[in-house]
Amino acid sequence: MPSPKLSTTFEQGGTPTGAPTKITQGSKTKGGIGESTLRPDGTLKVTGEFAYSSDMWHEDMLWGQILRSTVAHAEIVSIDTSEALAMPGVYAVLTYDDLPTEVRHYGLEIRDTPVLAHGKVRHHGEPVALVAADHPETARRAAAKIKVEYKELPVVTDEASALAPDAVLVHENRTDHHIGHVPHPNIVHRQPIVRGDVAEARRRADVIVEGEYFFGMQDQAFLGPESGLAVPEEDGGVHLYIATQWLHSDLRQMAPVLGLPEDKVRMTLAGVGGAFGGREDLSMQIHACLLALRTGKPVKIVYNRFESFFGHVHRHPAKLYYEHGATKDGKLTHMKCRIVLDGGAYASASPAVVGNASSLSAGPYVIDNVDIEAYALYTNNPPCGAMRGFGAVQACFAYEAQMDKLAKKLGMDPVEFRRLNAMEQGTLMPTGQVVDSPAPVAELLRRVKAMPLPPERQWESSEGPDVRQLPGGLSNTTHGEGVVRGIGYAVGIKNVGFSEGFDDYSTAKVRMEVINGEPVATVHTAMAEVGQGGVTVHAQIARTELGVAQVTIHPADTQVGSAGSTSASRQTYVTGGAVKNACELVREKVLQIGRRKFGSYHPAWATAELLLEGGKVVTDGGEVLADLVDVLEDEAVEVEEEWRHRPTEPFDLRTGQGNGHVQYSFAAHRAVVEVDTELGLVKVIELACAQDVGKALNPLSVVGQIQGGTTQGLGIAVMEEIVVDPKTAKVKNPSFTDYLIPTILDTPTIPVDVLELADEHAPYGLRGVGEAPTLSSTPAVLAAIRNATGLELARTPVRPEHLTGTA
Amino acid sequence: MDFLRPASWEEALAAKAEHPTAVPIAGGTDVMVEINFDHRRPEYLLDLNRIGDLYEWEVGEESVRLGASVPYTQIMEHLRAELPGLALASHTVASPQIRNRGGVGGNLGTASPAGDAHPALLAAGAEVEVESAARGTRLIPIDAFYTGVKRNALQPDELIRAVHVKKADGPQQYSKVGTRNAMVIAVCAFGLALHPETRTVRTGIGSAAPTPVRAQAAEEFLNAALEEGGFWDKGKIITPSVAKQFAELCSAACNPIDDVRGTASYRRHAVGVMARRTLTWTWESYRGTRRATEGAA
Amino acid sequence: MRVNFTVNGRPQEADDVWEGESLLYVLRERLGLPGSKNACEQGECGSCTVRLDGVPVCSCLVAAGQVEGRDVVTVEGLADYARQRSCGTAAGTSLDEAKGWQAKGTDSQTGEGTELSPIQQAFIDAGAVQCGFCTPGLLVAADEMLERNPNPTDADIREALSGNLCRCTGYEKIMDAVRLAAARQSEGV
Repeated sequence: MPSPKLSTTFEQGGTPTGAPTKITQGSKTKGGIGESTLRPDGTLKVTGEFAYSSDMWHEDMLWGQILRSTVAHAEIVSIDTSEALAMPGVYAVLTYDDLPTEVRHYGLEIRDTPVLAHGKVRHHGEPVALVAADHPETARRAAAKIKVEYKELPVVTDEASALAPDAVLVHENRTDHHIGHVPHPNIVHRQPIVRGDVAEARRRADVIVEGEYFFGMQDQAFLGPESGLAVPEEDGGVHLYIATQWLHSDLRQMAPVLGLPEDKVRMTLAGVGGAFGGREDLSMQIHACLLALRTGKPVKIVYNRFESFFGHVHRHPAKLYYEHGATKDGKLTHMKCRIVLDGGAYASASPAVVGNASSLSAGPYVIDNVDIEAYALYTNNPPCGAMRGFGAVQACFAYEAQMDKLAKKLGMDPVEFRRLNAMEQGTLMPTGQVVDSPAPVAELLRRVKAMPLPPERQWESSEGPDVRQLPGGLSNTTHGEGVVRGIGYAVGIKNVGFSEGFDDYSTAKVRMEVINGEPVATVHTAMAEVGQGGVTVHAQIARTELGVAQVTIHPADTQVGSAGSTSASRQTYVTGGAVKNACELVREKVLQIGRRKFGSYHPAWATAELLLEGGKVVTDGGEVLADLVDVLEDEAVEVEEEWRHRPTEPFDLRTGQGNGHVQYSFAAHRAVVEVDTELGLVKVIELACAQDVGKALNPLSVVGQIQGGTTQGLGIAVMEEIVVDPKTAKVKNPSFTDYLIPTILDTPTIPVDVLELADEHAPYGLRGVGEAPTLSSTPAVLAAIRNATGLELARTPVRPEHLTGTA
Repeated sequence: MDFLRPASWEEALAAKAEHPTAVPIAGGTDVMVEINFDHRRPEYLLDLNRIGDLYEWEVGEESVRLGASVPYTQIMEHLRAELPGLALASHTVASPQIRNRGGVGGNLGTASPAGDAHPALLAAGAEVEVESAARGTRLIPIDAFYTGVKRNALQPDELIRAVHVKKADGPQQYSKVGTRNAMVIAVCAFGLALHPETRTVRTGIGSAAPTPVRAQAAEEFLNAALEEGGFWDKGKIITPSVAKQFAELCSAACNPIDDVRGTASYRRHAVGVMARRTLTWTWESYRGTRRATEGAA
Repeated sequence: MRVNFTVNGRPQEADDVWEGESLLYVLRERLGLPGSKNACEQGECGSCTVRLDGVPVCSCLVAAGQVEGRDVVTVEGLADYARQRSCGTAAGTSLDEAKGWQAKGTDSQTGEGTELSPIQQAFIDAGAVQCGFCTPGLLVAADEMLERNPNPTDADIREALSGNLCRCTGYEKIMDAVRLAAARQSEGV
């Protein structure tokens, strides 16, 4: 029997420029889960037709511009917009006073962020006023004519200035649900975790190592800047085409500020140029809608790269203080740590970051006795929130450095030491939660160590040294002088999904009908496709569950229930789970129809386990009972259903105990670096990774996620850092000239070894993939640099100054 | 803003004379960044793209007359033999796309201490050919060209037409430190040229002082040391102590600042390392050439 | 001001152009060609790479007025450009052969007739596209490199693409895609 022709029809949100673009992509294979089917949006993306949020265009549209604060902490004495308003081509200038309702703040968890500054600005680059004009240059010129008088206030920039008894308070009158348990109003949230008897265990320890670590502020640096188009609608509402990670979370925060019921704020996902956590918070959503509603015209806002650095939250910088003990035979006795995260001026995802940092601070190890404390500060630094691996990334950098120190002190091989203490299924977390699915930490380390090492001195050639393969690259700084190779290992643990009792659900609407004589499934979710490949996976799941070749992916919008956020490695698990669940319900309905129509013709309709395969209803023995075309005829079957993973519970605020996480994911890295020890320049030669993914729904995408996550970890190891002036709290490098992310010449080969040990609690046994590789990559590179140089290196990123004693 | 599009060099000079505030734009790799980010709103933009002369070069007896707009890519590909230091420097400029647009005229016009071409020009020896409608052409020695941070010896009515770079009479090298392996602005840079004909060594330092500078004391020291030791004739290996002292004097020639790209202390240190390495590379190359010549003779 | 130039083989005219506008802005906002991307607007990321008279440049750094009378190829015209190149090359790939690069198993509905250049197809096949924002610029740069250097080493590929930032993939699949396109190209000749 010829295999069915497969295709995925990918529809993009109806762009104001024209009809929805549709494209079909097929494969010779059956195209279900486990296969590397290709992206349904691939053709659109390689031809330039895929409509990203910044590509939106509407006749008569205006351009929005945001005026941002030039200082970090100040009272706003006055704002004069008259000159700007008087400019030809300017349609509106808005400040706090123009906001339409009494709800004037928003926030993911704590509504502490003003839509426009009122009376005060709390960080450099805070939005103060909005302009809409007929050309971006007119809007810029008008914004420049708004006169804002600031009276500067002292800045809070670190733990000392935040927690001093007479500290300036970043937020004076907090009423949020964390204020009751934090020791200082400049602490957003604090989570201690205690377990076992640290004092007793400490006495048993033969060796103790301490460390104080610093993790720099990283930017998501997605390539597609924040942007969107707000179109006013005839019913007084507004339609926003937007790049985001979570449409419904945006909607929930936007509607009250706009003074509109949620059904009058329609949202359609426009093409998203990467996210990595940086689109979890609102950026220009409310601003564009306010301007559109005020002017009655469509308004487009596109940040440039400079503004993007101010327009989204960053990864929390952190100070981490650790103490570990071990017996002389290499068993960990205890761990104490204090993790101080700088949350900046507004809360964003800080509470969740604190939860992750504390609960995952012990790493993937068996440590029975712990005393843990993590908290996030309010400061006048740029707000920090979600970024790939949040909370867990900072901790992993520190505990892995500690593991190397311990191994060294014990005279043990660093990998063997880790393997000796590696957690496994059944291990208790510091929170008391049992790790109840495979945790192949020792195996991942074994595998990554067993990979062949890249040859030495690959830069040598018959024509002399190839500088492209040496530290410094094209800059021609060494021809081999001072170059020393180093190897380092690390492993990490990340939670998957939203934790601590959050109702983490997703919704899928699946429809099945016959079109042009073929059964077709349509999958409609509000999942934000940010590049991760969720749209590919949804089509695969529908094929597997419904046995169809043709799948249409409906544009993501708010006409269907929430899909939750594209973050926390959760979408394949949760929205994938919702699609699977909805498909199963559709299948059941289809079988009911089949039984009704054909049940009397064959006993198997009543007795056997029935499946949908190849467009037919078949028994589990493979006998064909009916064609889906005949079962459905002109009937359409549609199901919209929410789906939840197992519930989690909050951590106890004093002891940190609780089943807070739904799933854990693990990755290990081996880094091979070559360091020009005289100039302090680093070339990462190879970053090998082994990761357990439970089940690779799309192996090509899984490997792509691991390689991408690995590279972001490399960036924070050797180059990426937002530098904030400690005196003024102003950002010093908001550009791609001075905030450097890895180029293709900085990125090594990344061999990946994928394990598939099923988690029986998860759909198909899958495990979230996206974040774990970002954890262990950074400490592995740091370990390799330490191995090459013999230096301690307690901060990341490592700069040439730190390797040459010239900091 | 007005966009002036002269079709010839003469028209360009006339336009610049009429509008001395006009900002010349060629590759656009500096000017457009400033415009895109609202750092600059010139009254006039003076487009030099239509002036074909600026994209040409002539190889003469003594020097190469390099049109101001010859893209770095062309220098890398076609002038490696005549201008090896500048060709190496060109290869470190930003990215292929930028090297396809940018040229030495832009580096000179902007006169940023971080411009990649400067150390190579200083080390090779060069003169900048500038012209005004009123006073005609003059040649500014490269040593007198850089007058301050992002300032040069150009008069408001003058345009850069070409740079005359001395053809290499010996090995030249160029190194640049950046915190990324490609597409990076110099934290600091170093150019070195051996001039066996005059038995001199020239240097250039970038991004480690308010302007690009030569390490003159280091050059004088090295010239003397090479002469006294008979290094040029005998083709001896540079002794570590000579290389070390040269490197230290190069470091001492720096007057750097701390900024987001690097500390002053690191810049001094790195210039010293680059000085030592580039001296070794050029000198070894010189010795190799010498041996080959002797072998052939 | 008014600017006349050729884009993807077609004469174009843009009116009322502000003198400070870049070629990128004109393409995206005035000519309805948003394929070239606006990721940094400072020449650091390569997402806006187009060919200007055949040469890859960052269109964000070309002033609109500078393209008067010149020839621009964007990602939207890349497939045509590659096809014409392969037709025009004496020993090159024939049109039929070029069509051989089509997506395997394509049974498009509305996407019918979407012809891709070898490099575009290789990016899809190798999994080199994630969010895709860097993709147009990378395609233009990679296509031009393969035109100059049909058998690049890995180091050659990395050097040629060092002006194109990607934040999603870690570049490995992009390397795979360029190697794949080169291999298919050499098989095809």
